[in-house]
Amino acid sequence: MATVVLLACTGLGLGALYFLIASGLSLIFGLMDVLNLAHGALLSVGAYATWWGAAQAGLNYWLALAFGTAFGTVAAVVLELVLIRPLYTRPRDQILATVGVGLAVPALLMGIWGGDARPFPQPESLAGTVHIAGAAVPVNRFVLIGAAALVLVALRLFLARTRYGLIVRAGVEDRAMVTALGVDVRKAFTLVFAIGGAAAALGGGLAALYFGSVNPGQGANLLIFAFVVVVMGGMGSVAGAAAAAVAVGLVQQFANYYTADGLGDLAVVALLAVLVLARPRELTGRLA
Amino acid sequence: MTSEALLSARGLRVVIDGLHILHGVDLDVAPTGVTALLGRNGAGKTTTVKAVMGLVPRTGDIRFAGRDVGRLPTHAVVRQGIGYAPEDRGVFAGLTVAENLRLAERDADPAYPFVYELFPELRSRGRQLAGTLSGGQQQMLAIGRTLLNANRLIVADEPTKGLAPKIVAEVADVLARVAERVPVLLVEQNLALVRRVAGTCTVLADGRTAHQGDAAELLADEEAARRLLGVGGGHPVAASSIATAAPAVAAASAATATATATKEAP
Ligand SMILES: Nc1ncnc2c1ncn2[C@@H]1O[C@H](COP(=O)(O)OP(=O)(O)O)[C@@H](O)[C@H]1O
Ligand SMILES: [Mg+2]
Repeated sequence: MATVVLLACTGLGLGALYFLIASGLSLIFGLMDVLNLAHGALLSVGAYATWWGAAQAGLNYWLALAFGTAFGTVAAVVLELVLIRPLYTRPRDQILATVGVGLAVPALLMGIWGGDARPFPQPESLAGTVHIAGAAVPVNRFVLIGAAALVLVALRLFLARTRYGLIVRAGVEDRAMVTALGVDVRKAFTLVFAIGGAAAALGGGLAALYFGSVNPGQGANLLIFAFVVVVMGGMGSVAGAAAAAVAVGLVQQFANYYTADGLGDLAVVALLAVLVLARPRELTGRLA
Repeated sequence: MTSEALLSARGLRVVIDGLHILHGVDLDVAPTGVTALLGRNGAGKTTTVKAVMGLVPRTGDIRFAGRDVGRLPTHAVVRQGIGYAPEDRGVFAGLTVAENLRLAERDADPAYPFVYELFPELRSRGRQLAGTLSGGQQQMLAIGRTLLNANRLIVADEPTKGLAPKIVAEVADVLARVAERVPVLLVEQNLALVRRVAGTCTVLADGRTAHQGDAAELLADEEAARRLLGVGGGHPVAASSIATAAPAVAAASAATATATATKEAP
């Protein structure tokens, strides 16, 4: 029982990370038809900025996390304005550009701080464990789950209650018609990139806490699982991404533990292949 | 006509994926009443309207209310004061009726009283998802959306397409009422409806303007109507039969129509 609880909490924590990456990825694709292969790089930017804040600048964890998130948000906005926006009429070049950023950022991080993992200073307040049904669950799992839940609620409120949320929901359905109502959707694009970048960078700062270190490849690794989540949840669907993130995190943890280590990761990627082959239509799905 | 036209396009061309869809459309929309855009299926009516709205890449001159709008992006064209109800209605299925309307608000003071007076159902069904509306209700929503703002032109692309006869008559009534307030560019296959509401018309054939002139005159000339639209326009049609009138899509000889179009086109 204790093992099951620990695996479940860890799986949910991982699922929370996946959700933070996948929600932005899903909204960006749903609204803009942009498959942002640089999204993992935004996570890495957030992770390293948080690490820099905590380990180099001596900020406490929460301040470092806020700094990392803000830094990643700015990076996402710059990415949209400088690289994505000029290429809207050239989708193929746009994908290549995001691939380029996805490769360049880890290389840059490696160039500056080296290829090895850098230990992330664990804050005292989050170092302990919580006892549930005999299991000692590290506190940081709950930080991840709580943060993802907050982001989920905030995103749902944004989509349901605000004018830009309305524009995003409508734009996921039919972007051309939104412009035909006199709306300049490019502002919504930049905003969605900012939101997606913020969530991914927050995920980066939390991943640093969860894994206890940062390394240049982290973003790209997590991006693969986020893709599985996006495809499972339906492009453009925040609620779908949340449900799929929980499923993927749990399947991965339990399969890794009860079968062979690494088989869970493989199972998830195999699941992606099956989904893409079986439901190619879902790639252009609707906002739920 | 050109000098006083509210909207005028000259030499409008559209190429999509290497396919030449429009090769020289001239269009003038009268500053009052309904201007009909006619032509057989595939003649290029929808593409013409989309070109005006900037929804497809286009070349040629487009002037609206004295301003060159031929290079503006869609949202900027719309903000010049054009309300657009597209061929497929363009209603957001996953949004409620009220949200569909709210999204269309541009003015500080949207004309909800007028829209709800024309379409009371849009108020009573405000919380219903637009995707669950009937075709007729969706069309009302699409038209209602164009009337929220103080537009200078309403563009409606086949608003009666696929609707039940009774609903077609309702839409016709609405269009007649709307045209009293604001000029309308109406793409329509239902010639009885055109006869009832339209003043002037432009006829397209194979991506070109084949005829411009008075709508009633054209429809009264059976030979010309058959040539340009592929149907006889001469039979007098009572208002009550608007609903059941045959659409202008009838299988006329394409070859004849094409030859005529080329002859008449400038
Ligand atoms: N996006 C497109 N790609 C290729 N062909 C198109 C496209 N849009 C329209 N067409 C073609 O252009 C012609 C005119 O279409 P359209 O403007 O929809 O005609 P109408 O509205 O008069 O029926 C048709 O032959 C149609 O098949
Ligand atoms: Mg059409």
